[in-house]
Amino acid sequence: MKRVMLWLPLGVFALLFAVVAAGLIRPADRTVRSALVGKPLPDFSLPALVAGKPGLQAATFRRGEPRLLIIFASWCLPCIAEAPQLMRLKAMGVPIEGIAVRDTAAAMQSFLARNGDPYASIGSDRQSSVQLALGSSGVPESFVIDGQGRIVLQHVGDIRADEVDAIAKAVRNAR
Amino acid sequence: MKRGLLFILLFSVAASAQTNQPPAALANTQLRDPALEVKAKALMETLRCVVCQGQSIADSDADMAGDMRALVRGRIAAGESPDSVRAWLVDRYGDYVSYDPPLNAATWPLWIAPFVLLAIGGWIARASFVRRR
Repeated sequence: MKRVMLWLPLGVFALLFAVVAAGLIRPADRTVRSALVGKPLPDFSLPALVAGKPGLQAATFRRGEPRLLIIFASWCLPCIAEAPQLMRLKAMGVPIEGIAVRDTAAAMQSFLARNGDPYASIGSDRQSSVQLALGSSGVPESFVIDGQGRIVLQHVGDIRADEVDAIAKAVRNAR
Repeated sequence: MKRGLLFILLFSVAASAQTNQPPAALANTQLRDPALEVKAKALMETLRCVVCQGQSIADSDADMAGDMRALVRGRIAAGESPDSVRAWLVDRYGDYVSYDPPLNAATWPLWIAPFVLLAIGGWIARASFVRRR
């Protein structure tokens, strides 16, 4: 008994050390994911932001064809990095709809002119209300929505070049 | 000169990461009815900002926290109960968004840990008092 008590503090220290070391070597994933994946898209209707580009309604996603929904903004730097990947997805035939968060028409117009415009529609979400309703925690984020309006996949952060094929495949499989 | 340029570049990038839009009407303005504002404030202090993860939305200056405050105030002003607003957010972000964790299979150690530690403390104290005598 006494011997056990003698080694106990060292044992406790070793355990604590292992816990801290594990946290340092493999930090926990702090990404906040939407709890709505697998569930229907919440109902919304957003007005248009830029001239000549329609706004966005949830009903658009229930027309039988899977679509990619992008939450983005002209003031968001990773959104610029993501733009070429979206142009590639569009060229592959993926229908892309956008929700612009806290944005202005002029800023969005120059963003589209500079970085390309893969969007079939862009809804203006002035107070992030649709973004919050979707369980999205930042820009950019992408949601793959199947033809019945069900969310099948959420991608947090910008789509990188090596992730384009996986996203395109997820959209194809969402039929 | 080069260092100065780098400095300017760094800070211009940080500045443009925030939006050019004014905050939502209810983000930084209290509700007219003080009783509702008290309810909304209490709720905001127990909701986590999802972009600035260590802060409540009442403490955070991030744009998204402002929009979350506007959402909370708007729904409370419309007569919704704080519990139902919290439930609406938990449905979308999971328990993570709430600073008031529910008691379930994953969180029970968190809830019973204080009692276990208190019992261990009592046991150690008793043992040392017995030895002194």
